[in-house]
Amino acid sequence: MTLAQQTMPLFDWSWVGRNLDTIWDRTIEHLRLTGFALVVGLGLSIALAALALRRPRTYEPITAATGIMYTIPSLAVFALVRPWFGIGFVTAEIALVSYTLLILIRNIVAGINGVPPGVREAALGMGYRDGERLRRIEFPLALPVIVAGLRIATVTVIGLVTVTSLLGLGGLGFFILDGIRRSVIFPTGIIVGVVLSVALAAILDLVLLAVGRILTPWTRRDAV
Amino acid sequence: MDKEGCRLMEFISEVVVWFSEDGRWAGSDGILPRTVEHLWLAILPMIIAAALALPIGVWLGHRRTGEFAANAVVNIGRAIPSFGLIILSGVFFLRAGVSLRFWPAVVALVALAIPPIFTNAYAAIVTVPQETVEAARGMGLTEGAILRQVEIPVGSAVILAGVRISFIQVLATVPLAAVLSSGGGLGQYVVRGFAQGVGARAEVFAGALLIALLTLAADWAFSSSERLLLPEGIRRLRPEEIKAAASVS
Repeated sequence: MTLAQQTMPLFDWSWVGRNLDTIWDRTIEHLRLTGFALVVGLGLSIALAALALRRPRTYEPITAATGIMYTIPSLAVFALVRPWFGIGFVTAEIALVSYTLLILIRNIVAGINGVPPGVREAALGMGYRDGERLRRIEFPLALPVIVAGLRIATVTVIGLVTVTSLLGLGGLGFFILDGIRRSVIFPTGIIVGVVLSVALAAILDLVLLAVGRILTPWTRRDAV
Repeated sequence: MDKEGCRLMEFISEVVVWFSEDGRWAGSDGILPRTVEHLWLAILPMIIAAALALPIGVWLGHRRTGEFAANAVVNIGRAIPSFGLIILSGVFFLRAGVSLRFWPAVVALVALAIPPIFTNAYAAIVTVPQETVEAARGMGLTEGAILRQVEIPVGSAVILAGVRISFIQVLATVPLAAVLSSGGGLGQYVVRGFAQGVGARAEVFAGALLIALLTLAADWAFSSSERLLLPEGIRRLRPEEIKAAASVS
């Protein structure tokens, strides 16, 4: 076995050429797992952040609870959730969503609370009501901070999706686990999995950065 | 009792039985040696990473250069999947003919531990107000003394926060090393159990419970002793002032 491992090339381009379809499918699976976790995570975070903003006393317990979720290692969350939701998509998503909450809630609350009091007073003076002020004044001004949180959450989730390969999913993580589980270790698959996962993280990070810039044109005009 | 309740009771009793099996605690595959392995696999990489990242981060912060490097390190560190990094490290060690039990995990964990330590050390020093540093310089302190007596103490809360983030991250990644070998601390129970399927569901659940408890306990122990590790002058500040300083990062 040791001999075979030494003769196995570190990277086999022809394997990549022969498996483009599988690689594409796993990339899409990776994006699907990531996207679902982010959409659900963002929805939950907006609801919890809204609660924390309306009732500031709830902020501490909310961040403490989501902080615990964030601290528990992903492998342990998968294993703890599995008996109740089985092996597969739901278990994976519960774990992935739980990692987005702390980051997103903290950034949403910090973003809204970071709106200068003068701006808030001006909005009040112009006759904006609570909900309208939040939607049209505070939320746009908080967007850069919220997008920053979304970028961190996205990159974190993309890395964690690889671990869901232990649940039989995994997107690109499939190649990583498969590469080490073969009787003769297969470095090509592992490298493909890692490199594409990093590439996905970099691309989505840049996309979000660009979207954030487009949504907040005023941050470009007067570079603070 | 309804059927659902019966199955839950059965599952709980399986987990309880797992915990009380012969040699479960002190045996060679027992919880105690596995916990020690788990902690050691986290602490050794932390020591190596801190020895590498703290001096460089602090020095670049003092020179007030290297913002680009600090940003790059944090972004790359976040984008690389820790799972992939551990396995890749294993592949390279295997080619070099080294056993997979310990060193591949240590090397991968050092790489994971560096970014938060480095960026926080850098940010801690860079954000010390320029006037403070100039005042110290005006009072005749040497550059070394400014660093030791002014910048590091003022930045200590942020530096420690980086070490804590890094430690928890490393501790959370240790179980993944179980995929490589029969090591991986408490992660071994979960990974082994996952591979065995439904028959090992109690072992998977118990292992996960232990991992979660260990990580939360470590986080709690670190954050409650963090204050004691601060320099005396900073420790005298009120908690919210320290917190305000530490949240700069």
